[in-house]
Formats: sequence, C-alpha cells, structure tokens
Amino acid sequence: MSAPNAAGWRPSLGAANDSAAPSPTASGDRGLMLEEALIFELGQPGKCGVDLDEPELEPLPALGRHLRRQACPLPGLTEPETVRHYTRLSRQNYAIDLGPFPLGSCTMKHNPRLNEKVARLPGFADVHPLQPQQTVRGALEVIAQLADWLIALTGMHGVAMTPKAGAHGELCGLLCIRAAHDARGEAREVMLVPDSAHGTNPATAAFAGYRVESIAATAEGRIDVAALLARLGPDVAGVMITNPNTCGLFERDIKEIADAVHAAGGYVYCDGANFNAIVGKVRPGDLGVDAMHINLHKTFSTPHGGGGPGSGPVVLSEALAPFAPLPFTMRTAEGVTHLVEEEDAAAIVPGESFGSRSFGRMTAFHGQMGMFTRALTYILSHGADGLRQVAEDAVLNANYVLRRVEDVLVAPFAASGPCMHEALFSDAGLPEGFTTLDIAKGLIDEGFHPMTVYFPLVVRGAMLVEPTETESRAGLDRFIASLRSLAERAGRSDESLKSAPHLAPRRRLDETQAARKPVLVWREPASAAD
Amino acid sequence: MSRYFTEDHEWIEVDGEVGTVGITDYAQSQLGDITFVELPAVGQQVGKGDSVSVVDSVKAASDVYSPVSGEVTDANQALADEPELVNSDAEVSGWLFRVKLSDPGELGKLMDRAGYDAYVGGL
Repeated sequence: MSAPNAAGWRPSLGAANDSAAPSPTASGDRGLMLEEALIFELGQPGKCGVDLDEPELEPLPALGRHLRRQACPLPGLTEPETVRHYTRLSRQNYAIDLGPFPLGSCTMKHNPRLNEKVARLPGFADVHPLQPQQTVRGALEVIAQLADWLIALTGMHGVAMTPKAGAHGELCGLLCIRAAHDARGEAREVMLVPDSAHGTNPATAAFAGYRVESIAATAEGRIDVAALLARLGPDVAGVMITNPNTCGLFERDIKEIADAVHAAGGYVYCDGANFNAIVGKVRPGDLGVDAMHINLHKTFSTPHGGGGPGSGPVVLSEALAPFAPLPFTMRTAEGVTHLVEEEDAAAIVPGESFGSRSFGRMTAFHGQMGMFTRALTYILSHGADGLRQVAEDAVLNANYVLRRVEDVLVAPFAASGPCMHEALFSDAGLPEGFTTLDIAKGLIDEGFHPMTVYFPLVVRGAMLVEPTETESRAGLDRFIASLRSLAERAGRSDESLKSAPHLAPRRRLDETQAARKPVLVWREPASAAD
Repeated sequence: MSRYFTEDHEWIEVDGEVGTVGITDYAQSQLGDITFVELPAVGQQVGKGDSVSVVDSVKAASDVYSPVSGEVTDANQALADEPELVNSDAEVSGWLFRVKLSDPGELGKLMDRAGYDAYVGGL
C-alpha cells in the first residue's frame, strides 16, 4: 500500500486579503479570529445557566447588616455561552505551548507533560493540607525529597519550602537575616542593592524594614566592587545580589564580596531567579551565599502565571537556617518524614538546627504542593547530568542569539565576554524616532511574543531575550531571522514599524492613556429612559 | 532668582529662602510619557539627596531626589490630574515641590545652566 498523500499536497492558506470573499461578513471580516464582547455585554437579564428553586428558608438573621439587599449584578448567560466566551478569549492569548516566549528574566521554559501527569495522580492531587499526617506520608516525602535536591544543587545547609514565589522568598530570606541580627542584639538598618539586581529586591528590602542603598554598576555591567566594599560597616545588614545578574552576566567577584560582607557582620542574599543558567555548574553555597530563593516556576519548569502559582523555596546557610519559617518537614531517625509545626517545634527540633529559632510562619500551610510534585518530577526525569545540560543549553542558546544579532542591534555588554542565559540589546543604534517598543510590537506581527523591554533600567531601551533551553536550533533561527528583519526595517526608517502590530486582534494601544486614565470597572451604560 | 541643576536631572529655582524643584526637560524626554507623580507631604523634612518624590512613566518609575535640605512647603497638586504637565512644561508649570532651605550653602555644590548643558552633552 502506498503512503497516503505521497505528493505532500495541502490546501493553500489563501491570501490575507482575498478579494473574492464576501464583505462585509457577520464576523466583521475577521473569519475565525473573532471579536469578543465583554461578558457583561453578552449577558441578558434574567438568563441563567442553571435552574435553582426559590429558597424556602428565610435568610439567617445572624447576617444582620451584611444581608444583601440588592440583586448581585452578575451577567446572565447559559453554560455554553459562558464556555464559548472564555474559549474565544483564550484563542487570542499567546502561550509557551504556541511558540517561543523569549521574556528575559522570566525563564519561560516548556512545562513537560510528565510533570502534569504526576501532579494529577490522586495521591498528590486530592490531598488536603489539614489531613492527618499519617494519611499523607507520600506527599510529605515529596516535599522532603525535593528539599534534599535543592540543598544538594545549591550546596546550602537547609531550605524553607513554604514561600509562594520569588519576592515572597526574598522576604523570607531577609526576615531570616533580620532574625539573625536580632539574636545577636544588633540593629542594622541598611540593605545594599546593586543596580544590576532584580527590580523586586529594593522593594523587598523596604518591605522588610530596611533602608535601601543602591550600588552602581561598572561600565561592563557588573557590581562596582570597590564602591560596595567601601560602603560596608556596622549599619549594613547585608547585600542583595542577583547572580547571574539582570545584564545576563555572572558576578565574578561574588566570593570576594561575600567574604567582605561576612567580615563586616552582614549576610549575603542572592536572588536565584536566574539559577537556570548555573544549575548543576555552580553551587551558591560555595560562593558564600547565606540565603537564596529558587523559582520552581523558572528553573524547575513549573507553570507560570495563569498556568499555575509560583513557588519560591529559600535555601539557607548554616548561620541562617535556625531562623527558618514554620512549618517544615523533618525526617526522624527511623526515616519517617514529619511536618513540624509550632506546637512540636520546641519538643523535637534540636537546638541550633534548622528552624529551632524560627522567626514564625509565612504561609498557612506547607507551600505549593502542586508545584513541588512537578519540580521533583522535572528533577528526577533529568537527573544531575540532565540538569547540568539544562544550564549549558540555556547559556548556549542565549549566546547564539547574542552573536547572531549583535551586528544589527547594539549589544551593550557583548564585549564583557559570553553572556549567561539571556542576551541583552539596546535601541541606542536605531535611527532617531525608532525605539525598543517598535521592535517589540513588530515581533507580534512576526508571530512571536515580544522579549522583556526597558529592563534592566541601566541600559537605554533595553531588550532582554531569554530563549531558555526549550528552543531548538531551527526555532532559534526563525526568531533570529525575525529580529534581524525588524532591526533592518528600523535601520532604514521603515515608518510602518511605528504602527505595528498590524496583524494582531488589537493594534498598538495607547499605553499613556491606559496608565493615566485607566478604565478598571465595567459600568452599565445609562439607558435612554434615565 | 537663580536656577541650579543636579547630576540626577533635578532643577531648583531659588527665590529668597524657598526653592522650587522639578525634573529637567532632558529627564522628561528620557522618561517618555509621564503617567503619575507621587508628591511629598507639605511639612515633611527632607535631606539633600533624599528620595522625596516618584515620577512614573510608561517606561519606568523614577525617584526624584531633593537637591537641598529643608522643609517641604508646597507641592504641585495640578499634577494629580495633569501629570502630562511634566512632559509639556518640565521646567516651569511642571514643577514638583517647594522646599524652605535649611542650608543655602548646599547650592554651591550644584551646577548652573551652562554646567548642566555640558554634563548632558557628555552623556
């Protein structure tokens, strides 16, 4: 039997503007790229997706003044109308499952489906945080095994698993630092944050009650070590370093910095958001780091944003580990994993070991269980050698992008050596009037999600591209071809680029008006009778 | 009256013992469209170099540092409704706040117009 369709025939896609098509159509000539009204505009009064009997009981008098007196203004739709509304909206979305998502600093890597399969096993998916411990030993073992891996990969002393995302982890680390100084009777007020650190770091330090002082970056995009060392003193609680930093560069002097900070009585917080670039290659514990959060939703492939919650466990040095937050898992001598809460902390945790002088609790329960199962699945399916290759491939891909584009877009730190996991460009070389925003919007027409723009702030018109290890050579080549084409269009002052995107459901939005006069709430239009 | 400039792109116009502070036209051109201005409270004590105001634009949120020490005596409330004044008229009606100077000697360390223009030219 011959193979079907051996000639490889396929129907043609058709021109974007087919003059033989009827016009205007009910879809407004958009075919299946459907315009979608707000759900409140779609709804009709009195329509409901389910039939509910009128309640026979009187409302509880205990509700008092909280009793609702007016109808709740929910939109009236049937179930299929509701499902179609959200499914249509989802078709206008862009996701890592549709194409490359080169958002620098975000590490938008593929979420392996094996993770999802394991996370959906009933023993993991259907547990409740208030179940008796003896009925969830397997889930507790997952937390403990993931903790062991994170400790081994970072070379640290212990790990606080409960923080819910990166910035929450930063806060956890800084609260440990504060508790350690409090225990020594020291009141240190200042947290040093280099310009090359993540934007959340100064916000976290301020939230934790520290006064933030920034440390300049050098011309090559790294911390000005002399300036940092000169600022150390008895009022400095510590320093927050992002390594690799937001310029995509490894902070080579981190050991020297850490030694000096320790000598001055401070602690080193490392923002581990970029751990993807060094996992399996470098252990932060060997660099003198005292606390570092690990974004499971970056390095360990658990879903981002609408796809799932983040998770930000914090690895701690021996000096900070006693102050770790509750609750945490602990193995007994018999090898049984227990969850340690306030009431048993004093009884079973030996003095000066992990959590023995806990600063308290950051979360109601154990952390993001669904992310723990996914992250452990990713780790076990890669193994130590596979994780090392993750870092190597992510760095290789970023350098490939950097070197293939640096002749058409200014790469401010290209001369500082190889980049780590992200390639940084600037709009400094574009003609007057053409900016980073034009390149980013043009990428939408090319079929890609734009890269991170205007961050880091230390670079004019920054474009931060992080391909991750997810993209193949062929995928990278398609992205690079688009980026080069856009840079060349800007280079010859192609005015059409300034109004991109032309091929998206919405054209370029007025971001200024959106920020100055945001419309955040839908209000029913006044009827003619009013 | 005389006007001084900082390396952080603030200007201060001094009339007697009160200085009016804003960001320079160069600064607004680099920030892009301004969307919100957070102003200091009247009566607030500020030190030279303290972050006392924040200017949000479509690109970034930027701290504004007080060029001098003293007490805030006034803030430009018109910016609450019209932050775009900082774009259209940064060095006149787009002023941010006024400070009663506690140490007029601090002005000596700031740049004059010619010095600032040369500084911006070198960026």
